[in-house]
Amino acid sequence: MAAFTIATGTGNWFSALALGVTLLKCLLIPTYHSTDFEVHRNWLAITHSLPISQWYYEATSEWTLDYPPFFAWFEYILSHVAKYFDQEMLNVHNLNYSSSRTLLFQRFSVIFMDVLFVYAVRECCKCIDGKKVGKELTEKPKFILSVLLLWNFGLLIVDHIHFQYNGFLFGLMLLSIARLFQKRHMEGAFLFAVLLHFKHIYLYVAPAYGVYLLRSYCFTANKPDGSIRWKSFSFVRVISLGLVVFLVSALSLGPFLALNQLPQVFSRLFPFKRGLCHAYWAPNFWALYNALDKVLSELIVNIWYLGLKLKFLDPNNIPKASMTSGLVQQFQHTVLPSVTPLATLICTLIAILPSIFCLWFKPQGPRGFLRCLTLCALSSFMFGWHVHEKAILLAILPMSLLSVGKAGDASIFLILTTTGHYSLFPLLFTAPELPIKILLMLLFTIYSISSLKTLFRKEKPLFNWMETFYLLGLGPLEVCCEFVFPFTSWKVKYPFIPLLLTSVYCAVGVTYAWFKLYVSVLIDSAIGKTKKQ
Amino acid sequence: MEKWYLMTIVVLIGLTVRWTVSLNSYSGAGKPPMFGDYEAQRHWQEITFNLPVKQWYFNSSDNNLQYWGLDYPPLTAYHSLLCAYVAKFINPDWIALHTSRGYESQAHKLFMRTTVLIADLLIYIPAVVLYCCCLKEISTKKKIANALCILLYPGLILIDYGHFQYNSVSLGFALWGVLGVSCDCDLLGSLAFCLAINYKQMELYHALPFFCFLLGKCFKKGLKGKGFVLLVKLACIVVASFVLCWLPFFTEREQTLQVLRRLFPVDRGLFEDKVANIWCSFNVFLKIKDILPRHIQLIMSFCFTFLSLLPACIKLILQPSSKGFKFTLVSCALSFFLFSFQVHEKSILLVSLPVCLVLSEIPFMSTWFLLVSTFSMLPLLLKDELLMPSVVTTMAFFIACVTSFSIFEKTSEEELQLKSFSISVRKYLPCFTFLSRIIQYLFLISVITMVLLTLMTVTLDPPQKLPDLFSVLVCFVSCLNFLFFLVYFNIIIMWDSKSGRNQKKIS
Repeated sequence: MAAFTIATGTGNWFSALALGVTLLKCLLIPTYHSTDFEVHRNWLAITHSLPISQWYYEATSEWTLDYPPFFAWFEYILSHVAKYFDQEMLNVHNLNYSSSRTLLFQRFSVIFMDVLFVYAVRECCKCIDGKKVGKELTEKPKFILSVLLLWNFGLLIVDHIHFQYNGFLFGLMLLSIARLFQKRHMEGAFLFAVLLHFKHIYLYVAPAYGVYLLRSYCFTANKPDGSIRWKSFSFVRVISLGLVVFLVSALSLGPFLALNQLPQVFSRLFPFKRGLCHAYWAPNFWALYNALDKVLSELIVNIWYLGLKLKFLDPNNIPKASMTSGLVQQFQHTVLPSVTPLATLICTLIAILPSIFCLWFKPQGPRGFLRCLTLCALSSFMFGWHVHEKAILLAILPMSLLSVGKAGDASIFLILTTTGHYSLFPLLFTAPELPIKILLMLLFTIYSISSLKTLFRKEKPLFNWMETFYLLGLGPLEVCCEFVFPFTSWKVKYPFIPLLLTSVYCAVGVTYAWFKLYVSVLIDSAIGKTKKQ
Repeated sequence: MEKWYLMTIVVLIGLTVRWTVSLNSYSGAGKPPMFGDYEAQRHWQEITFNLPVKQWYFNSSDNNLQYWGLDYPPLTAYHSLLCAYVAKFINPDWIALHTSRGYESQAHKLFMRTTVLIADLLIYIPAVVLYCCCLKEISTKKKIANALCILLYPGLILIDYGHFQYNSVSLGFALWGVLGVSCDCDLLGSLAFCLAINYKQMELYHALPFFCFLLGKCFKKGLKGKGFVLLVKLACIVVASFVLCWLPFFTEREQTLQVLRRLFPVDRGLFEDKVANIWCSFNVFLKIKDILPRHIQLIMSFCFTFLSLLPACIKLILQPSSKGFKFTLVSCALSFFLFSFQVHEKSILLVSLPVCLVLSEIPFMSTWFLLVSTFSMLPLLLKDELLMPSVVTTMAFFIACVTSFSIFEKTSEEELQLKSFSISVRKYLPCFTFLSRIIQYLFLISVITMVLLTLMTVTLDPPQKLPDLFSVLVCFVSCLNFLFFLVYFNIIIMWDSKSGRNQKKIS
């Protein structure tokens, strides 16, 4: 991808990068797609053939509509194009329908919607002034950033192999970030409000938006030491912001409020009936917690057996360890206390709070906002209820913007991205996709590490020996999980071991990156304080 | 090299594209009773594994030569045998004698595709990378861009990973040969090229330039001194490698003859299917295939081929240079493709390989040629349901070339290497100044025709009287293009050293 542009100088390298990745996406059309493909087909059918009042009640398929209304409208618009491809896919009762035309239409709709993402990346590149080093194109921060975003491994495999519409949603998010960088706050707020009504997972980063807009837009001036000047509060700005958010929400939820269906909509959007962790544990704090629980329970069982041998315990009292239940949704903790949704909510809030405080008391412009946003996303990922592994993209993509600016951020970004992307591997478990995911992962990882190393070659090395060792460990882990394990006798007895290993190993890296980022943000704001004093 | 990581990225992109193309259909998928090249390769594994060497090329109750009989040289057979051992280890059903005929499954497809990828990774890709690193007079970045373009060449990817063949092995060996010969490792180079010939007899298209170049080198060193020693050494290497490859078949005279008969099936006619060469295109106006007796066709095609490649070869013997060698490879292979007997549409890959090698010298013309060469295989690719990957990889290749070489800014006479030619024409025709503009227009016309024809072939149904209308048109248009390229490359070769001499005079 880099070489595409080598000879042409600054001219059309961006379009070459964008076109190149679009063509790659087209090549990925015949690859495996997950049940999400059927989910979206079903939504096309629901929105096309049923009245609005039925959208959030329809339950013929198990894949009920559980995204906010704008996404439903989006599917509604798509369905009107879809009817020219294949009318049959718009039938609600046609479960698991996937003709070749349906496949083409759905895949192309994702690829086409990515135009928005490409535009957003272009806008982001305009407003990011990274380190200026070499004159060579391939060493320019803008070039590196656009490769990191456009060729992002996670987006490629989640959207174009696994099948989802994250591309244009992240496009909206990046665009709103770019607008905030360009001081067009109202536009940024509007875009983010729209985004929230497309997919509510972006609520994770809403605190950062709210606080930043309130602090840096509604208060028009600061005291010389950077603290807040209460008198500069602008009512006009607050009201206009509120109006924008209210209007967008009214447009989205209004019809359902009129139909008196809001409770039903919200019950679909926030299904707390699901377990603490997804079937495959996302590499977060709870993965470590669960793993610890298993280890402890195993230990205790062994101690009990020891006691049994020494004949001072009753064999009927042995606790039942759920060692084989690695893949069930409802995970019963045997030793540690079980976790409730409320507990995760509190943990998440506690984790987010310090970064929000930093943003309020030490606003450092859009960059500070971006760091806070990343921290919010990452903290929610760490402690949230029923988090999907795909949610790591919510932290990785904004973090890319930071990575080309400072060596410290670059190092955190690389650890987070590499482990986060690796943790997406279990999404693709079919044999033909194995080479694709390994090749694409290598492609992205080698490029991101080498290019950022070149960018920051004059500063201290990006990784210390421990981090290098950890990242290199991903290689043997992959070999063990996908090349060695299937040929061992454990495959039948403990089929969940590769997933468990992957998620625990990656959880360590993600936690480390989260911690390091937090430390750097807190230290930075402390330094900022002392400097100004 | 300080940019090693970019080279790694380029190779990874090449591999990713290859593997994603391989997810598509292959030739003869689910089409009994004959299936396609995929089945042929599988069948060869079955034959080589289950039968003794002596029976490989002979018709017998266990080896029906009418059903994809082995018709490639021994090295291909050995390769099939090697693959068969692996297949046997994974699933013996894949190569069971008789019962495995027409075997198709997802797992087997995966296995076959992997064998292609591994062969490619071991032979062709390293050769390309090394070749680009060895290029002189261009910057590191250019080398990397060049590697990217060569690795993205859609023709080879589509035939090997879509249609299913192992062209990357024979072409890879040939490339190793070119590398060796142009880096003055003549012995290793000729060894690699002998392996290429022994893998696929079509590599003979490249044999004459190799022969002439090496002969020219020997002459240059003086036939009475060092040159003679080199000549003897080369002869020994060639004979030794051939003997080694053919050892099991040299035991009996009849064996050797049978293999040769299988390799050169003279009785299969002047051309097969739809090929973008002279004979097939001429067939539209006059059915030569039916009018002339077989042996006259043979003599005629031989004469035409010989005449069209003669000038370039003589030139190469007299003035051996590695640049001239590459261009002669192009023009010889193109002559064979256009005029020789029993040509397949896939043989255009043999011309494309040397054109890839001159990509950095004449980017505009090479890109154009490579696009036409891919287009000329359109009927075949459509038959294999490879429309989507064909269009996508072609566009990717085109974008890569345009951005790496900015080809549209390189259309001056000098950059087309036509300077000395037009100077000598201008001696007689002073107003001959529009050459580069003509070429630009020709490029535009050619691309537009290709796009339109592709669109028509895909969307329109041919009239009932002429079911082959579009494929014949595709071949005809490609053939016209190829004729133009033959003239162009011959002009470059013939006028090459004159400019060299002029430059020397000036300097």
